[in-house]
Amino acid sequence: MATFMIYSSKEKQALELITAAKSVGAAAVKAVCINDEAQANALAAAGAEVLLINNDAISLADVAAVASALGQVAAQLGADTILLSSDRRGKEAAGRLAAILDAGCLTDISAIKANGDKIECQRNALGGATVATQYIASDKKIIAIRPKTFDAPGAGSGSVNAMTVDVKASAVKLIETKTRGGDSVDIEAAEALVVVGQGLNSKDDLPAVEALAKKLGGEVACSKPVATDKKWLSEERIVGLSGKKCKPELAIILGISGQVQFTVGIRDAKVIVAVNSDENATINGMADYILTADMHDVIKEMNSSL
Amino acid sequence: MNIVVAMKQVPDLQQVRIRNREPVFTDVPLVLGNIDKNALEAAVAIKESGDANVIALSAGNEDVEDTIKEALAAGADEAFLVLDDKLNGAESGVVAQVLAAAVKKIDDVGLILFGEGSGDNYSGQVGSRVAELLGLPQVAYASALELKGDKALVTRSLEDCTEIVEVTLPAVVTVLSDINEARIPSVTQILKAGKKPKEVLELDEVGVKIPPAASVVTVSNLAPETERKRIVVKSVAELIQSLTTEGVIGR
Ligand SMILES: Cc1cc2nc3c(=O)[nH]c(=O)nc-3n(C[C@H](O)[C@H](O)[C@H](O)COP(=O)(O)OP(=O)(O)OC[C@H]3O[C@@H](n4cnc5c(N)ncnc54)[C@H](O)[C@@H]3O)c2cc1C
Repeated sequence: MATFMIYSSKEKQALELITAAKSVGAAAVKAVCINDEAQANALAAAGAEVLLINNDAISLADVAAVASALGQVAAQLGADTILLSSDRRGKEAAGRLAAILDAGCLTDISAIKANGDKIECQRNALGGATVATQYIASDKKIIAIRPKTFDAPGAGSGSVNAMTVDVKASAVKLIETKTRGGDSVDIEAAEALVVVGQGLNSKDDLPAVEALAKKLGGEVACSKPVATDKKWLSEERIVGLSGKKCKPELAIILGISGQVQFTVGIRDAKVIVAVNSDENATINGMADYILTADMHDVIKEMNSSL
Repeated sequence: MNIVVAMKQVPDLQQVRIRNREPVFTDVPLVLGNIDKNALEAAVAIKESGDANVIALSAGNEDVEDTIKEALAAGADEAFLVLDDKLNGAESGVVAQVLAAAVKKIDDVGLILFGEGSGDNYSGQVGSRVAELLGLPQVAYASALELKGDKALVTRSLEDCTEIVEVTLPAVVTVLSDINEARIPSVTQILKAGKKPKEVLELDEVGVKIPPAASVVTVSNLAPETERKRIVVKSVAELIQSLTTEGVIGR
């Protein structure tokens, strides 16, 4: 029987990992918390056997220290199956911990299933063109699971115990943390999405896009370059491989070419509409309704008809 | 100071076709990963504003010798390649060992740059693995990078915040695609690229053995089944009519 250990810097995701471990048959779940007593208590209240490390020498900004601490706890516990959250911090730690433990490692996992003594994992491959089912065959396994893949577990009675680890002097110094300008939108929860891409002429066209989303009872989302290159919308609104995976009832996709790293984030929508000025745009191949037109005209007309 | 940029040869994903849900790679050209090009650009930017030598490092099959020209044309001063057909599709753990062993053969390395994820697998492990194998500090997901003496100032961009961290060199940094816009080399640069120095080693020469058993096994890798109607509508009115019939608007 595998010995499971979980870790995430975020409480919500750590809770999800408890459910994940149980879904593949973990009888007991050991959880590591680093300098976060509140998280330790929350995980214990959800049934985890928490090992709490309080050590000022470990900064989350220094992933070498975090991975080293996790490696030491894993060794002490004899943990062989380690679940991490596949957010950026989790992914950064995953590779490092994998090298420490000489473990096989899979990241960005969107589903796990026990099959005999194997844990079969699903992840997007080839930019999202395919979904690969893989398992780790080495003794030590590290699986980083996408946030929101599992729900939080119900209440349980766990425990919190202190754990000490040794860490080396850090070569990484945190100078400043800036919180992101609060866009708290949750495009994954929206029933309808109006998704705009680089076909959008300017930032000044956004109010009309927002008006349309509102009329449809949904949210505005975008392709990656609209957020990361043009910075017209927040990164919270990116659909795709490095953004969110959405399954709205309706997705109206305007001015987006339809490269696979984008489409992987929207292909589970129930109804897809593609509006593109190019009648041969790749996105048309995955749409239910195809309208070849200038997206700005379409937005205007939809706003006045709805 | 040498700046090493690790770059992966991948199939050009825009040209991979799906047939019977299987990806088809025949005649798909091999290119360098997109984000790897941003890592190269970051290195070249440092070189242009100071003093550094940029080395493009890649491990892969024999084709890499040709593929890497793109990096030499886009500003790398030399290439360091570990070539072996056994490295075709090699897993992250093995590639990390090869890259770490190669870096050890290069003098005066100040920075080792990676893209945050490879163009094909995008699993984002190799940079972190190499950092651990070399015992170096790291900062991933960099959206800005600046050298300051024997340190680098890096902006790490996370989901809910950005961190500005100072890291002592030598260090590993993985970059996001938004860190810069990678240059597209000119024809003359492409022609000159072939003349730039290349060091080519075999797997034995870096002392890495491919383990007999894979640590990650792929059960299947298929495109999801998608059935879309692909109905061409002529007007907004017709579109609204259809969506109303579907029951997705006017609820
Ligand atoms: C590892 C990796 C991860 C990535 N992750 C993501 C991701 O999560 N999400 C993402 O979106 N991308 C991602 N990308 C980038 C992706 O490959 C594409 O570059 C991107 O999706 C293109 O955005 P776009 O379709 O908006 O722009 P373009 O490809 O430039 O397409 C613009 C489209 O607009 C159309 N158009 C132009 N003007 C008009 C008009 N007036 N009216 C109507 N149509 C018009 C054009 O015909 C064209 O089809 C990733 C790439 C990599 C390498």
